[in-house]
Amino acid sequence: MTRSTLWTLATAGLVSSLACGGGETNTTDSAAGGAAPARSSGGADLTGAGATFPQPIYQKWFSDYAAKTGVRINYQSIGSGGGIRQLSEGTVDFGASDAPMTDEEMAKTKGGPVLHFPTVLGAVVITYNAPEITKPLNLTGDVIADIFLGKVSKWNDGRIAALNPGVTLPTGDILVVHRSDGSGTTFIFSDYLATVSPAWAAGPGRGKELKWPVGLGGKGNEGVAGQIKQTPGTLGYVELAYANQNRLPVAAVKNAAGAFVAPTTESITAAAAGAIEKLGPNTDYRVSIVNAPGATAYPISSFTWLIVYQRQPDAAKGKKLVDFMRWAFSEGQGSAAALDYAPLPAALGTQLGDRLSTIQVGTAS
Amino acid sequence: MSDASRPLVTARPDDTGIAARIEGSAIGDTVYRWLTAAFALCIPILLAFIAFEIGSAAWPAVKAFGLGFLTSSDWDPPHNVFGAAPAIYGTIVSSIVALVIATPLALGVAIFLSEFAPPWLRQPVAFLVDLLAAIPSVVYGLWGIFVLLPLLRKYVMPFLAGLPVIGDSALFRGPAYGPSMLGAGLILAIMVLPYISAVSREVLMAVPRSQREAALALGATKWEMIADAVVPYARSGIVGGIILGLGRALGETMAVTMLIGNVHAISASLFAPGYTMASLIANEFAEATGDLHLSALMAVGGALFVVTLIVNAIARWLVWRVSREARV
Repeated sequence: MTRSTLWTLATAGLVSSLACGGGETNTTDSAAGGAAPARSSGGADLTGAGATFPQPIYQKWFSDYAAKTGVRINYQSIGSGGGIRQLSEGTVDFGASDAPMTDEEMAKTKGGPVLHFPTVLGAVVITYNAPEITKPLNLTGDVIADIFLGKVSKWNDGRIAALNPGVTLPTGDILVVHRSDGSGTTFIFSDYLATVSPAWAAGPGRGKELKWPVGLGGKGNEGVAGQIKQTPGTLGYVELAYANQNRLPVAAVKNAAGAFVAPTTESITAAAAGAIEKLGPNTDYRVSIVNAPGATAYPISSFTWLIVYQRQPDAAKGKKLVDFMRWAFSEGQGSAAALDYAPLPAALGTQLGDRLSTIQVGTAS
Repeated sequence: MSDASRPLVTARPDDTGIAARIEGSAIGDTVYRWLTAAFALCIPILLAFIAFEIGSAAWPAVKAFGLGFLTSSDWDPPHNVFGAAPAIYGTIVSSIVALVIATPLALGVAIFLSEFAPPWLRQPVAFLVDLLAAIPSVVYGLWGIFVLLPLLRKYVMPFLAGLPVIGDSALFRGPAYGPSMLGAGLILAIMVLPYISAVSREVLMAVPRSQREAALALGATKWEMIADAVVPYARSGIVGGIILGLGRALGETMAVTMLIGNVHAISASLFAPGYTMASLIANEFAEATGDLHLSALMAVGGALFVVTLIVNAIARWLVWRVSREARV
C-alpha cells in the first residue's frame, strides 16, 4: 500500500462527503428562486411555479388549454413557499399557493400589488388504521385537536366512544402520524384545529410546519399513508385525493352546523358556498373556509390560489394569463371532480371572472 | 505545490532523443501545469463560495439564537423559535449506527472475496455488492417503509428488547413503532456497505503475494495470515473506505427522511424517532417563507457543513495515525 493510494482514498472520502453537504445547499440555493429563475420552459408562453397540491388539475388545465388555444403554460410544482418567492422576485408570471400570502409577504413583492384568485378546493381528511372499526369513525374538531395534542391518547377514550355509539373501539394507544415536510395540507389542518380548539391555537398554532406535541412525521402524503397502512393503531391526516385513490378509511367530521359530514367533492364545494356568502363585496379572497357554515359543508376544506400581479408589465403575456384564468373559472371547473378536486361554487366563478377585469394589462411605466 | 518548480523528468545524458523531445515541449509543460493548477483551484474556490453563501444566509438566525441554536431542541416555525440540537444529534448517531453495522459486514464481504472466494464466485458477488451503490435512495426509502420497518417492528425490536442485559439498556427502550433511529441507521448501513466493501476489497487484493507467502512460510494458518499479515498491511486503505462510507451516511437525505420519523427530540433509545440535519432541510425548505425560518434552515446547512468537516478531519487524522503505525 503506497502513500499515494492512501491519499487518493482519504481525499475521495473528503470530497464525497463535502459533495453530499454541498449538494444539499446547492439544491436549496437554486430553489430559493433569487438566483436561478424557473425559466427552463423551452418556449412556453407563460411560466408559473408553486403549490404541489393542485399540480394534477393545473397540469390537466394547461394541456387542455394548450390543445384548445395553442397557449403553452409551464408550471413547476416547487411548493407554495417557492412559488411565492419566485413571484415576489418576478421570475415567473404567476404563483400558486395553498396558503394565502401574508400582508408582510405582499408588501415585499417587486412588481407591486398582487391579487389572489381561488381556483379549486381541496380538503384534508383524517385517516386511520384500526381494523376493529368497521364503519367510518365520527370525530369532532375538539377531539381531533386533543388527539394531536396528546390529551386523548387511547382509542377507547370516553370522548371518542361518545361520538361513536355502537362501535367497538380498539383498546390500544393512538399513534399520531403527521407531515414532516412543510405543506399546505398541514396549514389547512392546523388552521382548522386552531379555529375550533383554543388549546391548539394557544399551543402549536397555524403553519405549514409545526412543533408537534406528539407523533411521528412522514414525508409527503405517501409517507403519512405508508406509516398508517403499515402500523395498526395509527391516525393521521392526508389530502382527500390521496385518500380516495388509495382507498383509505376516512373519518366523518362534525361541522359548524352540528352534522357529521364525510369528505366528498360535493361537501367541500358546499363549504366554499357557505363561506363566501359571508364575504363582503370587496374581499381579496385571502380567506379561510375551515369550519364553514352550511348543513352539508365538510369543515376541513380550503381554497388553493393562483397569485398574479395586478399590473401586468407585458401586455401580451398579461392578456394570455387573464384569458386562461377566465377559462379556468368557467370551463376548467368541469374537469376538477374527476381528479378529486372540488369545483368552485358557480356563483364564485362568476365573481372571479368579474374580478379578472381589475388586472391592468400592459401598463408598464 | 512546492515541488512543482522541480523538473518533472530528468533525462539521462545519453538519452538525447528523449531530452530533445522534453525540451521541445517546455511551453506545453508550463501551460499544462497552469491548467491543472487552475482546475485544482476551482474546488477550494467553489468551497469558499458555498461556505460564504451559507454563512451570509444563516447570519440572521445565528444572530438571533447564538450558540443556543446548537443546544436547543425547540423547533417551532409558527412562533419563530429554532434550535437544531436534535438534528445534529440525529445526524451523528444515525451515521454511527450505520458504520457500526456496516463495517464488520463490509469487511467480511471484502475478506471473503479477496481471500476465500473462488474466481467464478468473486466477480458476480462483487458486482452485486457494488450494485447496492447504484440504487437510488428514494427506492431504499420505499423499501424501508414497506419491508424494513414492519420487520423491525414485528421481529427485530421485540427481539432486541428481550435480550438479556443489553435489552434492558437505554438503547432499546420504549415502544417499537418502526420509524426510528435504528431504522434510519440500518438503511444507511446498507447504503454505505458497498463503498466500504469495494474499497476494502481492492486494497486487500493489492496486498503483495509475498506478504501472504511469507506468513504462510512462517507456519501461519490461513486465518492468522489474514489477521496478522494481510489486514494490517491494508489497514489504512480500509480506514479510507470507512471514511468514504461515513461521508455518504452524514449527507444522505431521502431514505433517512422516510424512515427516521422526523421528530425533534433527543432520545437515548434507538427505537425512538429522531431527525437529521439533511432531512430537516429537505422537509422544510420548499415551503419555508418566513425570513428567520429560511435563515435557520441555512444555519442547519452550515452546521451540517461544519460537522462534516470536523468528522472528516478526525477521520483523516485516524488514517494518518493508522498508516504511521502500519509502517512501524
